[in-house]
Amino acid sequence: MTTFLWLIPVLPLAGFAVLAIFGRTMPRRLAAAIGAGSVGVSAGLAVILAVRFLGSPPPGDALTVNFWTWFEAGGLRPGIAFHLDSLSLLFTLVVTFVGFLIHLYSTSFMSGDDGYSRFFAYMNLFVGSMLVLVLASNLLILYLGWEGVGLCSYLLIGFWFKEPANVRAAEKAFIVTRVGDTALAVGLFLIFSRLGTLDIQEVATRAAAEWPVGSTLAIAAAALLLGGALGKSAQLPLQTWLPDAMAGPTPVSALIHAATMVTAGVYLIARMHVIFELAPPVRLAVAVIGAATLLVAGTSALAQVDIKRILAYSTISQIGYMFLALGAGAWSAAIFHFFTHAFFKALLFLGAGVIIIGLEEEHDIFKMGGLRKELPLVFWTFLAGAASLAAVPLVTAGFYSKEWILSAVRASGPTGLWLWFAGLAGALLTVLYTFRMVFAVFGGQVTNPVRRRPGTVMAVPLVLLGVFSLVAGFLETPRVLGNLPFFSRLLRPVLGGRGPEPSGTAQEIGLVVISVAVVLAGLVLAWLLYGRGPKHGRAAESVGGTSRAGGFFFSGWGFDWAYDRLFVRPLAWLARINKNDVVDLPFRGLAGVANGAHAALARTQTGRLRWYAASIAVGAAIVIAVAVFL
Amino acid sequence: MSAVPYEAVLVVAGILFVLGLAGLVARRNLLFVLVSLEIMINATGLAFIAAGSRWGRPDGQVVFLFILAMAAAEVSVGLALLLQIKRHFKTLDSDAAGTMKG
Repeated sequence: MTTFLWLIPVLPLAGFAVLAIFGRTMPRRLAAAIGAGSVGVSAGLAVILAVRFLGSPPPGDALTVNFWTWFEAGGLRPGIAFHLDSLSLLFTLVVTFVGFLIHLYSTSFMSGDDGYSRFFAYMNLFVGSMLVLVLASNLLILYLGWEGVGLCSYLLIGFWFKEPANVRAAEKAFIVTRVGDTALAVGLFLIFSRLGTLDIQEVATRAAAEWPVGSTLAIAAAALLLGGALGKSAQLPLQTWLPDAMAGPTPVSALIHAATMVTAGVYLIARMHVIFELAPPVRLAVAVIGAATLLVAGTSALAQVDIKRILAYSTISQIGYMFLALGAGAWSAAIFHFFTHAFFKALLFLGAGVIIIGLEEEHDIFKMGGLRKELPLVFWTFLAGAASLAAVPLVTAGFYSKEWILSAVRASGPTGLWLWFAGLAGALLTVLYTFRMVFAVFGGQVTNPVRRRPGTVMAVPLVLLGVFSLVAGFLETPRVLGNLPFFSRLLRPVLGGRGPEPSGTAQEIGLVVISVAVVLAGLVLAWLLYGRGPKHGRAAESVGGTSRAGGFFFSGWGFDWAYDRLFVRPLAWLARINKNDVVDLPFRGLAGVANGAHAALARTQTGRLRWYAASIAVGAAIVIAVAVFL
Repeated sequence: MSAVPYEAVLVVAGILFVLGLAGLVARRNLLFVLVSLEIMINATGLAFIAAGSRWGRPDGQVVFLFILAMAAAEVSVGLALLLQIKRHFKTLDSDAAGTMKG
């Protein structure tokens, strides 16, 4: 089983190397074959690996493969080592499989672009780095992958770098996530200095042995790890970069900013859940941040008109659900929501990409309209994804993952009730913004004719992801709805059981009924507000759009405005007044003295012979006088 | 034979040297600068002669012969430079040749 584990991340990295070196001269078909093929082979290997892993689980349900020692210094001895357990296996499967579908889609989507091979080089580097992140057996390798995906995110947001706005968006994403990355790095320093190791399994056992629950060190370590997760996963207060990150090509938004990279924070917290269990205040903070984020992002999504920005805020909001689950201690539920979200959100982005290029770069949902008949395949698959996002009961994957989260949150101690209310409100918002988008894009009359229709290569990923968006949820259903605990059983060795559970069957049924009722009410409300034709939808829009509140939600609760006032402008002001570096003053003084002396001496070089003769004479007289009289 | 006291000769030599120096500093015409230099050289030569006679040794006169030869060489180089300057700047004013200042 271990013989080809290393190939899974190495293949995309090799694809990146080949494309980066020879990409310029390579024919497009070859670049596409290498780009998509390397990830495809990785996906195939991951499936074989999964079959063997599940067929004959290794002892302890995990195995670690150490290839070589990276370096050895001062007791730090990080190996280039991969750790395979059900959690990393699941992430590997999702990353390679969804990644492959998106690569396949991109071979057609990017076909007219000048940077064709560059695109696939970056995408391959991303998949490779993400696999390094999830397979890492120690935190240093994890950090390597973490920074690798951050770099790829930056490169791909600014992929069309001739547009200054795209470059600014890329820089913003890089700088904002850097705030979190710094916290993560400090967290790693803390863990190493206190526990003497960075190996993830070692850290977990030593932390549990040495730090009592609620100790300051555990809280500090958990808070710093959380800081890193907040930046990468675009949670409050570091969420502002993700909506702007939509400047990148749509497959990038689907792969990096929806399905995989932004969930790295969720992975990190789930991976280090032992430390979070030692720090109850931080766990509560995770839940509260998740709840606040899902509400802030949900209301912001409701005010957007750009289809990709709606989906971006929706991603922030759904990751908020994952954080809510993590905070409630339902680690597996968060991973399950990541799992279903990867399928339906990638699907929604890919569908949006088809629509956007079909309408020649139209992003405004109110200028679309009537695409149900124009693009039937996209309509049905997009509907499947939207239904899953809105958690339409019983038939969609999103319903089961969200249901699990909500019931676990409700059952999680004294704050559970309030967090559960937030989750329900978020569920209602999700239905509203999702179907507002669906009705505006596909309902009503055709306003803009479609000029380019997707070929087979783009249709296959849509259909496959659509199927998964519907059926992936049947891996785990509540006790009262079929009781299929496959998913939680898979993750039990790593993350423990299902997390907090409702106390009795009656309460469990009650919770399911309430969330079903909320979703159905949301569907009715969405129909009333937006469903009766685009004219009606826009009327409902103008009520919110023209008011002050509409603008507030449209700007994402004014976070950008506030950060501009709080950080960007003061820093720019400081930079301006400190343009002539204060530290430089002594050195500039020294240079000034030398310059002054030079000027004074240069004035004696008058070029006048008589002046020189006189000064020689005076000098000689002085020397002689000194010699004689002293 | 009543010898001239060497102090008197040294005073004359000193006066000559200062006169030459004054000419060197005051005159702008390069020809007169050269003449002033000759005067200063001869003043030093006179001082050597006086010193030689004061101690009754031939060294002073030997050095004077050297000074004469040196003065001849100096004048030839000086006059050659003077001709070049005259050609280049169309004048013998030493201040006009101050292009290397600063």
